[in-house]
Amino acid sequence: MKKKIKIKLNGKMRAINHNSTLFNIVKKNKIPLTKVAVELNQEIVNKKKIKSIKLKNNDKIEIVHFIGGG
Amino acid sequence: MGTGKYKTMQECAKAIKLSGAEIVTVAVRRVNITDKKKPLLMDYIDPKKITYLPNTAGCFNSKEALRTLRLAREIGGWKLVKLEVLGDKKNLFPEMIETLKSTEILTKEGFKVMVYCNDDPLMAKRLENSGACAIMPLAAPIGSGLGIINKVNIKIIRKQTKLPLIIDAGLGQASDAAIAMELGCDGVLVNTAIAKAKRPFQMALAFKNAVIAGRQSYLSGRIKKTLYGSQSSPKLGII
Repeated sequence: MKKKIKIKLNGKMRAINHNSTLFNIVKKNKIPLTKVAVELNQEIVNKKKIKSIKLKNNDKIEIVHFIGGG
Repeated sequence: MGTGKYKTMQECAKAIKLSGAEIVTVAVRRVNITDKKKPLLMDYIDPKKITYLPNTAGCFNSKEALRTLRLAREIGGWKLVKLEVLGDKKNLFPEMIETLKSTEILTKEGFKVMVYCNDDPLMAKRLENSGACAIMPLAAPIGSGLGIINKVNIKIIRKQTKLPLIIDAGLGQASDAAIAMELGCDGVLVNTAIAKAKRPFQMALAFKNAVIAGRQSYLSGRIKKTLYGSQSSPKLGII
C-alpha cells in the first residue's frame, strides 16, 4: 500500500498519496486554474510552478475564487 | 453594483445590465470542492465586459483584508480593489485605524485602493494622503436602506477632494442615489437596495435613471433657496 500523508484542503482534512504535488490535487478536484488563487500554508503560490510543489504532511491549502458580494 | 444577496446568478446579471453599472464588487471565498456543479460568477458576469472590483467584505482586521486582496490580485491580476475593514458585527461600521493602515500597505504594494470609510472629512483626508484612489463614504450602515444620514459631511468631503467620491452602503431607494449625485458624488455603490427590492429589475432601472438625473441636476446649477415665495408669472398686464 502507498504511503499516505494528511493535508488540509479548504479547511477539510484529506489523506493523499505521499509524493503528491499541488498540481495533482488541483487536477483531481477539477479546479479551473485560471479562475482561482492558490495558497499553501498562508503563502500565495505561483500557479505556473504548481507542478513542482510537493506536498508535505500537515500542509494547508486554500483555493479561492470570486463569488457574489457587496 | 454589488453582486451579493440575489436569488440567482441570472437575476444578478440581468439587474447589473439594466442598471448600466460599469463596476461590480465581488467577494473572495473558498472554492466549493465537494459540489463542482455550483455555478461560477464568471460564467454569468464576464470580467472582460464589466470591471470586477474585489472587495474585502467580511474582514475585521488589516491582516485578513491584506490576505484577501493579495489573493484577489492572484486570481485575475486586478490591481483595482475595494478595501472594507469592518469594526463591529452589528452596525458594520468601518474600523478606520485598520483601514488607514491597510490603505498605506496596499498602495505601497501597487494596488489601486478604493476605500470604504466613515463620512468623516478628516479621515477621508488621511485616506487620500495615504494613497487611496477613491473615497467611498457610507450613507448609513450597510444594508440598512436608511439613505444619506449626513449630507453636510458628504458635501464637505466633496469640496476637499478631487478623488472620485462614491457613496457606498446604506442607500434604500433610487432617490437616495439622486441625492448623492446632487451632492456632487461621482457615483454610488448599491447592492441590497436592488437585490432585495420586491422587483429588482425595476429598481435597477430606477437607480440608473436616478444617477443620471442627480448628476444632470448637480451640473445644472440649482436655484438658491429663499424663505419667501416668488411668483412665476409676470405682474405686468394683470387684469
